[in-house]
Amino acid sequence: MTSAAPSLINAAAATPPQRSATSELVQETLALTRRLFLQLARRPSTLVAGVLQPLIWLVLFGALFANAPEGLLPDGMSYGRFLGAGVIVFTAFSAALNAGLPVMFDREFGFLNRLLVAPLRSRSSIVLASVLYITALSLVQSVAIMATAWALGYGWPGGAGLLLVLFTLLLLVFAVTGLSLGLAFALPGHIELIAVIFVANLPLLFASTALAPISFMPTWLGWLAALNPLTFAIEPIRAAYAGQFSLSAVVLVAPYGELSAAACLGVLAALALGLFLLIRPLLDRKLA
Amino acid sequence: MPEGVIELQNVSKRYGKGDRAVVALDGLNLSVPAGSLFGLLGPNGAGKTTSLRILATLLAPCSGSVRVAGVDALQDPRGVRERLGYVAQEVALDKILSGRELLQLQGDLYHLKRADRDQRIAELIELLGMGDWIDRRSGTYSGGMRRRLDLASGLLHRPQVLVLDEPTVGLDIESRAAIWQVLRQLRDQGTTVLLSSHYLEEVDALADQLAIIEGGRVIAAGQPSQLKAALGGDRVTLRVREFSDEPEALQVQELLQRCPGVRQVVVNRAQGYSLNLVVEHDGVVEQLRRQLAEAQLPVFALAQSRPSLDDVYLQATGRTLMDAELAVAGSRDPKAERKQSMR
Repeated sequence: MTSAAPSLINAAAATPPQRSATSELVQETLALTRRLFLQLARRPSTLVAGVLQPLIWLVLFGALFANAPEGLLPDGMSYGRFLGAGVIVFTAFSAALNAGLPVMFDREFGFLNRLLVAPLRSRSSIVLASVLYITALSLVQSVAIMATAWALGYGWPGGAGLLLVLFTLLLLVFAVTGLSLGLAFALPGHIELIAVIFVANLPLLFASTALAPISFMPTWLGWLAALNPLTFAIEPIRAAYAGQFSLSAVVLVAPYGELSAAACLGVLAALALGLFLLIRPLLDRKLA
Repeated sequence: MPEGVIELQNVSKRYGKGDRAVVALDGLNLSVPAGSLFGLLGPNGAGKTTSLRILATLLAPCSGSVRVAGVDALQDPRGVRERLGYVAQEVALDKILSGRELLQLQGDLYHLKRADRDQRIAELIELLGMGDWIDRRSGTYSGGMRRRLDLASGLLHRPQVLVLDEPTVGLDIESRAAIWQVLRQLRDQGTTVLLSSHYLEEVDALADQLAIIEGGRVIAAGQPSQLKAALGGDRVTLRVREFSDEPEALQVQELLQRCPGVRQVVVNRAQGYSLNLVVEHDGVVEQLRRQLAEAQLPVFALAQSRPSLDDVYLQATGRTLMDAELAVAGSRDPKAERKQSMR
């Protein structure tokens, strides 16, 4: 260690000129997001698994039901084409559901405390960084799955359809990421969080229209599927894959009535907003 | 009396509720003068970490007032965070990032401008001798390297006040000396440094002011030399034989207690029935030797020393720091403490 010139650790230095709150918020949010992407770049296994798993789903499930009886699916749709939308949504959902894990580990290892002693402009930047990261990650995954589905001959939602797919995914990811981050602060540790993720993940998949249409299900399961948030994301995307771009067209025939794409998106938006309002007091308390 | 840079007034903190509540701070008062290197000394569990976490705005006290650099920590915690650097006891790093990337993150969280941030990081790498390993992943760092990195991140935003929680615990001598040197340098340049420690020698060697804290209260405060001088007298440890027994020790104790100029004669059972006593001046020791010779008692060892901080501690609490450490060692719950620090 060398002895330093006095200026090196000059405590009397004037406080730096105040910058605008927005630019400070952007700076801290981007720095926290950069950290998550650096982690991803050095530990890409999450991304690799996150892309590989849905591809395996797509190939295996597609093959499993390749010989499904004619007329099982509406409009004589092939099963692969039907499945594509389900796998895209499920993948984005899984990624978002795991969003709370890194935050939970930061809580447990005390890294969060390091963030909390810094004069953050708003501590929502911690949450915002996770949302940005997961959104980007699940969009990358979705595009990879869509490309594979296209290569398997399951089609591609062109133009406005693509926008509809991405917008739907965005709403779903916001809602589920919010839920997961809320859980990351509400639950005592990562064991509990993983348990919740584990219990929620597959049942939500099977009790949705990802793998089979409501018309194929027993009544009780049909009701569950028609209330499942995943279904509200799957059906507009499926319609986009079928070449249907009208927001007012009916995409979901539920036991309680028929819903248009716009109505499905409305439900997702309401869900995202509701969850945000629900976890906000919790975040305020934990990050106060 | 001028206000200190750090002012804790009548601060109380309880963890938990009802019957199971643990009182960590019980009306703590602390005033740290500007530009001092201040030591907070106390056994584990005395409330040191809680006090520092309150200063770092990680914890809110149940009652009392907290001011740092003139800013009220409860009214304006962000204002305190801007002015204070905090080096926690348990260094939490993101193992997969390099030290430089962690410092960059920290700089952005303190809203340093890019150029200023990178220049400042370069300065601290130089100052703390981190150049050889700063671009390696922090998961590979030794304890000393991690502590230096943490010190650097505490200093990044040029805080007026630096608070360190047991900064040298478990460190090798070289790293400890390096950190001591930086802390002294900081003090010399006007930064107020507050560190907690349960090492007497550390506080004695470093601090120009100290407070002894036990049971969540400050029980003595001042300059180390003042506190030691205020005790008066010299400490004497006497052994009549290498291994004495209790009746003999009690006999000697009685004899010593009759000598003028001798105070506080204690039989130390833990150390082979040696006797600890305080003598008012050097002449008393000669007197003692004569008395012992007259009583036909041998002297195996007789050591005399000026009062130490341990004696200050003993005087204030009625036990040595080591005894206090041992007393709390079994009664702490690391799991509960980890939960307290979790948000």
